[in-house]
Amino acid sequence: MTARTSAANDRRVVPSRRPRPDGDRWLGVAFVAPQVLGVIILGVVPFLFVIWYSFNEWRPLTGEMKFIGLDNYSRLFADPTFSASVIASLLFSAGVLVLNLVIAISLAVLLNRRMKGITAFRTIFFSPVVVSVVAWSVTWGFLLAPDGGLNGALRLLGIDGTNWLADSSTALISLVVVQVFKGVGMNMVLFLAALQSVPEEIREAAQLDGASPWKSFWSITVPMIAPTILLTGILTTIGSLEVFAPVQLLTGGGPGDATNVLPFFLYRTAFVSQQFGYASAIGVVLFAIILTLTMLQWTSRRKWVHDEV
Amino acid sequence: MRSDASSAARGRSRVTAVTLYVLLVAASVPFLYPTLWMFFSSFKPANEIFLQPPTLLPGEWTLDGFAQVFTAQPFLQQYGNSMYIAAIVTVASILLSAMAGYAFARIRFPLRNVAFTLMLAAMMVPTEVTIIPIFTAVNAMGLNNTHWPLIILPILGPTAVVSVFIFRQHFLSFPKEYEEAARLDGVTRAGVFFRIALPLAKPAIAAVGIMAFLRSFNMYFEALIFLRTPENFTLGLAITRYQDFYGEQMWNTQLGAASLTVVPILVVFLIAQKQFVQGLAQTGLKG
Repeated sequence: MTARTSAANDRRVVPSRRPRPDGDRWLGVAFVAPQVLGVIILGVVPFLFVIWYSFNEWRPLTGEMKFIGLDNYSRLFADPTFSASVIASLLFSAGVLVLNLVIAISLAVLLNRRMKGITAFRTIFFSPVVVSVVAWSVTWGFLLAPDGGLNGALRLLGIDGTNWLADSSTALISLVVVQVFKGVGMNMVLFLAALQSVPEEIREAAQLDGASPWKSFWSITVPMIAPTILLTGILTTIGSLEVFAPVQLLTGGGPGDATNVLPFFLYRTAFVSQQFGYASAIGVVLFAIILTLTMLQWTSRRKWVHDEV
Repeated sequence: MRSDASSAARGRSRVTAVTLYVLLVAASVPFLYPTLWMFFSSFKPANEIFLQPPTLLPGEWTLDGFAQVFTAQPFLQQYGNSMYIAAIVTVASILLSAMAGYAFARIRFPLRNVAFTLMLAAMMVPTEVTIIPIFTAVNAMGLNNTHWPLIILPILGPTAVVSVFIFRQHFLSFPKEYEEAARLDGVTRAGVFFRIALPLAKPAIAAVGIMAFLRSFNMYFEALIFLRTPENFTLGLAITRYQDFYGEQMWNTQLGAASLTVVPILVVFLIAQKQFVQGLAQTGLKG
């Protein structure tokens, strides 16, 4: 919406009143040049190389690079580790996306009122965002260990915990939890800002008309914060598909391949087993998944986001 | 519902207030407890870390863990590494992404929309995907085991696009009248940016600055790939390398290093949290 307004403003500028020197265009080019060139040199060009590498057999220890066409891809799709890895990535991402947005919106709704101490809670929920991801992961590693804090607390309640990070049924969801509590405060703040721009009168009017809080949440609040849901949804999805540190520090991809998400699988293929060509094919697939999920969310917006982003 | 006596309504709202507080306190546990536990456990002797039943406070307070933090690794130097890298990344990110964001929002130039679309598309290419060519290029330039990749990548790479986007959103809603008045007074376009638009962009500067700092401070994957020797490690990498001669993790030392990494930033956050959160809230990401 903002983009359209600015285009309209641009057209309203009267050229005769103030000259629009041609120099402006070059200033514009100069201003964007570092970031645009940076993105091309550090993003686009390396990505083209990755595509090229993925058609080659390349083990950097022997040095030779050999064109093998689509062989890396056929090997990939026959590799059980790869399918496990794709599943782990998709499950992790889905878990993080749903849990993060539900918690972020719920906390934002709970905090969106004037009450004593509300700011303190906002600070608490946001605080993990400023904790280093390594420190956060290492600490959760202690808490989730077989004789760690979580199981100790459960034992006091008479419940036998499990080895959360080594049990194939709990390892992935444990990582989801670690990731969500680390980052959900950021989304919560964005939702709080969005909620504060929802006019109070609309909700009050709905309540006077007899709408329950639950109903007015779904029919008024959600549509009004839909653009924020879309943007945080896309950014959270991309972020969750890039996850690396918690996986490497807490599970090492295990047990089996239960948490061997694509970035970690790629890392091990490239830098532990030294297969650059094969790892590049994993990278291309990882990009394809990010692209597909982003596009799915972006094109779905017409159905539920009325206010254009 | 409207016919309820007001005293009953007030009673009910007190009940909901209590419920709300109980709910919020319960929800706080997973956010707050890990950090508190990390902090207090770094004052425990190593054998208390896995004590059952678990305790938050040390039974016996000791600074042993902290002492080893500095003897087992050049921790001060690693601290300095992380800080100077994060400082450069933060300042450069603010300046460069503000310039780009301003130009995308306010200046017409050839291929503007193409360039902007390209930037947005690049957000979908994480460093993990492109790490192999970047790694070979860094090696070829002899920059392996230096801080250059950790400085350049977050400032100029695809992860910087969010910052450009935040500034663009900010400058789109920046009142045109300010600029036009200055232009009529003969201020150049660059002057308008540096003297008027940028100084008035404090919320966006705060948001981008915080995000750039945290992005640099959280950089683990790149550090793992590029840094080889302990003197060059950044804090994230250093925390993972506290092992004794037998390769056993030094638990309380690791937690001590983690606390020393986390607590100063948490304190800064607590002091400046209002600007912190407001800056982020006004990022323009809210649609």
